[in-house]
Amino acid sequence: MIEIEHLTRRYGTQLAVSDVTFSCPAGTVTGFLGPNGAGKSTTLRTLCGLAAPTSGSATIGGRQYRELPNPGRHVGVLLDAGAQHAGRTGGEVLTLTAKVLGVPRTRVGEMLQLVGLDGGAAGKRVGKYSLGMRQRLGLATALLGDPEVLVLDEPANGLDPEGIYWMRGLLRGFADRGGTVLLSSHLLREVEAVADRLAVIAGGRLVASGSKEELLAAAGTVVRARERVALEQALAAAGIRYDAAEDGALLAGDEPEPVGIAAARAGVPLLELRPASGAGLEELFRSLTHAGGPADAAPTTPTAQEARA
Amino acid sequence: MTTTTEPARSSALDAPAPSLATLVGVELRKSRDTRAGFWLLLTIGALALAVPALVLFFGEPPEKTFAEYVGAAQLAVALLLPVLGILLVTSEWSQRTALTTFALVPQRSRVLVAKLVAAALLAVLGVVATLVAGALTAALTPVLTDDPTSWSIDAEQVLQTLLVQVLNVLIGVAFGLLLLSSPLAIVTYFALPTAFTVLVTTVGALDWVRDWLDLTTTTGPMYEGRLDGQGWVQVATSAALWLLLPLVAGWIRVHRTEIT
Repeated sequence: MIEIEHLTRRYGTQLAVSDVTFSCPAGTVTGFLGPNGAGKSTTLRTLCGLAAPTSGSATIGGRQYRELPNPGRHVGVLLDAGAQHAGRTGGEVLTLTAKVLGVPRTRVGEMLQLVGLDGGAAGKRVGKYSLGMRQRLGLATALLGDPEVLVLDEPANGLDPEGIYWMRGLLRGFADRGGTVLLSSHLLREVEAVADRLAVIAGGRLVASGSKEELLAAAGTVVRARERVALEQALAAAGIRYDAAEDGALLAGDEPEPVGIAAARAGVPLLELRPASGAGLEELFRSLTHAGGPADAAPTTPTAQEARA
Repeated sequence: MTTTTEPARSSALDAPAPSLATLVGVELRKSRDTRAGFWLLLTIGALALAVPALVLFFGEPPEKTFAEYVGAAQLAVALLLPVLGILLVTSEWSQRTALTTFALVPQRSRVLVAKLVAAALLAVLGVVATLVAGALTAALTPVLTDDPTSWSIDAEQVLQTLLVQVLNVLIGVAFGLLLLSSPLAIVTYFALPTAFTVLVTTVGALDWVRDWLDLTTTTGPMYEGRLDGQGWVQVATSAALWLLLPLVAGWIRVHRTEIT
């Protein structure tokens, strides 16, 4: 279990992370969402003892990371898949880590097989690896010590669609067996597909956290009618906020039931009425990060999402 | 590809920390398991063999002794082994492996102590290699030339050579810690002491600086085992400037810096 309490990290006059509080219970996958530069990596580095908090605390199982005698046996960490010596082979990278962790050498082969780097890939130098292969090697390193907690920074970067699907299954299985997963991403769809809980950060501040269902419910309902103006009047009459959504639909700020009732009272036939799951999260993400301050300068563009999702 | 791992469990919470011996072993392995490290070690070994061989073929008969061969071979170790010491530290930053290293061992001083011990062991290995190279050359001298050889060597020469080579490598590590950048540390390691030597040996008024703070001057006699008396104090004062100062400053820097 991970607990981050009132975590603040200041660089000179700039607040990279400001009073961030959230927790990741065992048995769940927590998605740590935010645009680039929002403070995700700084938070994760502080959690793993690589940066000191200015104030507040980050603990794993009630203890600070630096207090764990052999942290790799407890917490699997992947903060940057690119941070590997280009002149070392993948197998050697894992062998070095296995020695520090004190796990048997056989574990290296098992992990290489698990992430699909067994055979020729293990003997190749990391400099020849694609980013996707480095992510797999990073995951193998994180899993080598058989930890109960995984902390992963943008683990889906560089993975192909099959690799992303595989990683989701791996993380889901890890959490279902009682493990705790905290993974960051600026890609909404990646996180939405695997996370039980979300923590959204923007401009160094936590703007939302909770279970995915709670946050999605708060995101409202997608509703569509042939007569859009009539629907807008019906919603306004019922006192329900709304915004324009994709394809002429409306995103109403309430549960589907009151939205449906409002339309029925006004006699407006509906073509669509559903919780704003996928689109809702995206709207939520956009609106929250926009409200969060300067960090909204780097929103996730649809093209970038499609290229990576 | 499968999607199963062993079930998560909590018994590993207090898995023992890696021993210092383990960390030293890992650092020694890191020094040779990369392409750059491997070739650097091989080059040092080849030079340690080549320099005595040059003396064997082109030197004058009085130089063709075991002790002289060993002395000549020190050049290779003194020149290149400190670079290995520098890379032991700076490659963690230039290749960004520090992220993994310090995530696995958050007590940064333990990693740094392991690096210093590993570097010192490499220096000992380097001197052993020069002894082997010297012995090999001495054994071949009567075979390949008409000149006689001598197997006598002063224990003091071996001991002081060992000490000065360990000192050289540790200075490399200290420069690496201070600068955390391979090119910067290597250039500074070679340029700064050399410029200092040139300055204090040409400016007459700086004679006392040369005698007390210039490493080239103070450690020079050690390669022949001739250091004694006040010489030891002068080695200590110059080592304080070139080893202790950058080591302490670098140590503090590494502890304060955020690993990214």
